[in-house]
Amino acid sequence: MAHTIVDTGGSRSFPGPHALLRSAGPGGDVLVLIGTGAGMALAAVEKHESLKAVLIELGTECLGVHTGERRGGEGSNVLGFARFRLGDGPPSDLVELVRQPGTKPESIAAAKTAFESAGLHVAVCMDTPGRIVDRLVRPYYNGALRKLDEGLATADDLDTTLRLGLGYPEGPIALLERTGLAHHHDVTKALHDALADPGFAPARRAQVAKRRQKA
Amino acid sequence: MPEIKTIGVAGSGTMGAGIAIVAARAGFRTVAFDASQDALDRARRQTESFFAKSVERKKLSAEQVKTILSNLSSTTKLEGLAACDIVIEAVYEDLEVKRALLGKLNAVCPDHTIFASNTSTLSIAEIASGSGRDDRVVGMHFCLPAQLMKLIEVSTGLNTSDQTFQTAWKFCLAMGQTPVKTKDHPGFILNYFIVPFNNDAIRMVEAGIAEPADIDTAIKKALGYPMGPLELIDWVGLDTQLKLCEAFYKMTYDPRAACPPLVRRMVAAGHLGRKTGRGFYKYDRDGMFGG
Repeated sequence: MAHTIVDTGGSRSFPGPHALLRSAGPGGDVLVLIGTGAGMALAAVEKHESLKAVLIELGTECLGVHTGERRGGEGSNVLGFARFRLGDGPPSDLVELVRQPGTKPESIAAAKTAFESAGLHVAVCMDTPGRIVDRLVRPYYNGALRKLDEGLATADDLDTTLRLGLGYPEGPIALLERTGLAHHHDVTKALHDALADPGFAPARRAQVAKRRQKA
Repeated sequence: MPEIKTIGVAGSGTMGAGIAIVAARAGFRTVAFDASQDALDRARRQTESFFAKSVERKKLSAEQVKTILSNLSSTTKLEGLAACDIVIEAVYEDLEVKRALLGKLNAVCPDHTIFASNTSTLSIAEIASGSGRDDRVVGMHFCLPAQLMKLIEVSTGLNTSDQTFQTAWKFCLAMGQTPVKTKDHPGFILNYFIVPFNNDAIRMVEAGIAEPADIDTAIKKALGYPMGPLELIDWVGLDTQLKLCEAFYKMTYDPRAACPPLVRRMVAAGHLGRKTGRGFYKYDRDGMFGG
């Protein structure tokens, strides 16, 4: 068996049956820790240094939180990952695979093979808040929500413009409505806390949705 | 409300030629103006080859194309646009160039003629200023390639009359296009969102967060976009991205719109994208071979 799964429960990446889970078995040389306690579970894995790769499912946190960091030289056989997923929508087929400066190339290769064999697509990135997709799309979503407030165009015209003009399958307003504005709030708030970039500050409509969710 | 029958298209580059195709194909008498006969000849050749493909793909009959092409004339003299009910300008993206053109057109065209600007970033109110008819100037931003894309962003300057807007809107519909109403706002909708988004992707490469191919894969697979941001910039051209940033930043002072230093380095090194065979990717003719 190529990989083994340890499920700590509540995984956002693998909330249901998936080829990666079906093809797993005991004693694999790639260990995949999934669920909200994935990072915590690392400490309990005996001799994890001897495995080809240990893959930790991440939330909004950096991998370094679980591995520790060492003057820019950090990196081992431990990688982070998350399947990109917007709010309540189904997880996408994209896995963002998080590496550190000193991560072993063979560990990256083994991780890629494990995910790709299960039909997933892999994008590798350094250990940074928001990884690739959130870092790029959250300012765009906040901008769309702000421009809706400012009356740049109606919600429908904003969506139509971005669909027809850029070939996006769905406009930003419809997409955020479908997947949950409150979830967008949580992701972009975490990025704003981490990076202090005003583009990540939750837009008013996201704040409202968050407040109403609590109420 | 004046009826639109004859269309002028000023500027016969890629955008102007595409707009002329859209208008002529919808049955309007269309006059293409460019000071350069070479530009007009090139546009005519491209137009004829485009319609030949339309016939091949059975989108149009040979008979229909004959009628369309007979509706499409050209001129190197501005006076050739005197009979137009609307003139769409698609000249170089520079405020002074556009202002000068509209000022001259004002002396040539009758009172009812509407001037539409295909600008993607400049302000309609500023373009209209000094035209002598700023109530009859409207923004009509087509998307590239115009002959294939349905979207037109329609926007009004501070002095644009409601009648001008309504006439332009109906004209878009009569051409079979999909207009959206937006404001005289830097970058309107499309460029307002895409210029900073693409810059963010460039900065991600610059910061060593991920390789271009990983960023493009991530965006396409996570969101279903047809192209990743770096592929898109290679297609548009790094030089064009630089110009867009400069125009945009000057209007907004938005740090996300400011040109990333990597773009300037790539332009200086001749890495302009597809057209020079190297940008964020290397290209062998039209095929992509590495990232």
